[in-house]
Amino acid sequence: MGSVMSDAVALENITVGYGRQVAIHDVHAHFETGSLTAVAGPNGSGKSTLLKAIAGILKPSKGHIHIDPALKNHIAYLPQTSFIRRDFPMPVLQAVCCGFWKTVGEGRTIDHEMEIRARAALAEVGLENLEDRQIGSLSGGQFQRVLFARTIVEDAKIILLDEPFTAVDAETTARLINVILDWHKQGRTVICVMHDLMLIRKYFPESVVLAGRCIGRGHTHDMFRQKLLSFDLDMAELYTDGKDIPAPRSRPCDHDGHDHA
Amino acid sequence: MTLYEILFQPFADYSFMRRALCACIILAISGAPLGVFLNLRRMALVGDAMSHAILPGVSLAFMIWGLSVWHMTGAALSIGIVVAFFAFYLTRVTQLKEDASFTLVYLLSLASGVIMISRSGSGVDLLHILFGNILAINNDALFLAAGTAAATVLILSQTFRGLVIECFDPDFLQASSRRASWIGSVFFVLVVVNLVASFQILGTLMALGLMLLPAITTRFWTQSLDASFLLGILIAVTSGFAGLLISYHHEIPAGPAVVVVTGILCLISVLFGRHGSVRTYLTR
Repeated sequence: MGSVMSDAVALENITVGYGRQVAIHDVHAHFETGSLTAVAGPNGSGKSTLLKAIAGILKPSKGHIHIDPALKNHIAYLPQTSFIRRDFPMPVLQAVCCGFWKTVGEGRTIDHEMEIRARAALAEVGLENLEDRQIGSLSGGQFQRVLFARTIVEDAKIILLDEPFTAVDAETTARLINVILDWHKQGRTVICVMHDLMLIRKYFPESVVLAGRCIGRGHTHDMFRQKLLSFDLDMAELYTDGKDIPAPRSRPCDHDGHDHA
Repeated sequence: MTLYEILFQPFADYSFMRRALCACIILAISGAPLGVFLNLRRMALVGDAMSHAILPGVSLAFMIWGLSVWHMTGAALSIGIVVAFFAFYLTRVTQLKEDASFTLVYLLSLASGVIMISRSGSGVDLLHILFGNILAINNDALFLAAGTAAATVLILSQTFRGLVIECFDPDFLQASSRRASWIGSVFFVLVVVNLVASFQILGTLMALGLMLLPAITTRFWTQSLDASFLLGILIAVTSGFAGLLISYHHEIPAGPAVVVVTGILCLISVLFGRHGSVRTYLTR
């Protein structure tokens, strides 16, 4: 019970899917307040589904999601760019100001102070001169930075990022990693779906590994030590390989605590 | 023939022309902004299907009460919404994709509606319902369209920001607001209500004309959302004005003439527009 109280997010044996198709089954995990966690796993392992469930977009068919009541209305979600209409006629500054939606809703207008914050967020991600550009004319990396700027202005306590480095060059990745590390330093809880094992090992202290269900979670270096994450094999070889989903190879996910090697 | 006689005299001389122009302006004010959103949500085909899905309701009311505006409106609205949600339900629980389920529902609606009208009315009644009668609209139809336009503009202004975010990034909106699912439903009901209001004027087969074609046209000229709304309204009003004049001077059906003018403006834009047209494709 004590650990639940210090958790920003606690997943209690949740099963989530789309209609009758189950995407993740019986996942038990928790994310401590202020933690920086990577969610890894092969394609189709349910990483994005997990994030959508935490964001409240999908409802679990079984189990419960507990979010610290103090943080419940302070969740920011950055979806995969492939789910976003990039041809939508919208200037960059307006796209960033969408981050104020929770504050302004339909009733209030974006005031001068909010606009200054939006411009500052754009400067933080290095897009200070592109406020008036249409989002459709941006490169993939620039567009991802706009989404990060939108997340910055949301000023959320829990930040959910779904594959934020897909189709992004090294320079942009480095810049965005710094934004994430800043969030972590500020005590925000960051949960990030990732494919890049190098980035996971270097920057994310905690990891959750999924393959339809939770295969392992804990300190990232433990995940590598136990070969739940590995540079020798790609994730598809590790977890799918035409076989059934493997049994957990580290401690079971429904057990608490870390494996201190 | 002077320019005044060509452009203005028909409206000065005949009240039915003035009423028809008034109807076009009303439809443009509410329909064009809805069309812009419909187009941006890639729901043009769904909109087309919906314009036909109201036909069984119209036909049922016609069989019972005849050509009564309010009865036909009520029946079209209720059955149209039921049909729409049935199509969405099919998409959700079966293997049918949205385009296939809406095609099934709209063809069934169209065919059954035509059969019902044919069994209880004349060919003229059928033509009236399918293609409207913009030159013979009564006060009830005009008031209905005006009330619908006023309500639409009001509701759009109150849901505008949510609609924009929902079009742009629906997952973000859902994660940010529990009201998100309502915004899509409100928008859809607005589309159906506007189609019902405009079918009295342009008929069930053409009701989408002044809603969607101006919206498609604007995409070739502007990348600004605000400008799209204004340009869409302007194109719809211009098409109404020009279509009615062509219909008057050349004695052709007015509703189809209005839609043909809108379609020609759209085709010109497809060929020569500033953004994404054939011209920009050939010159890049």
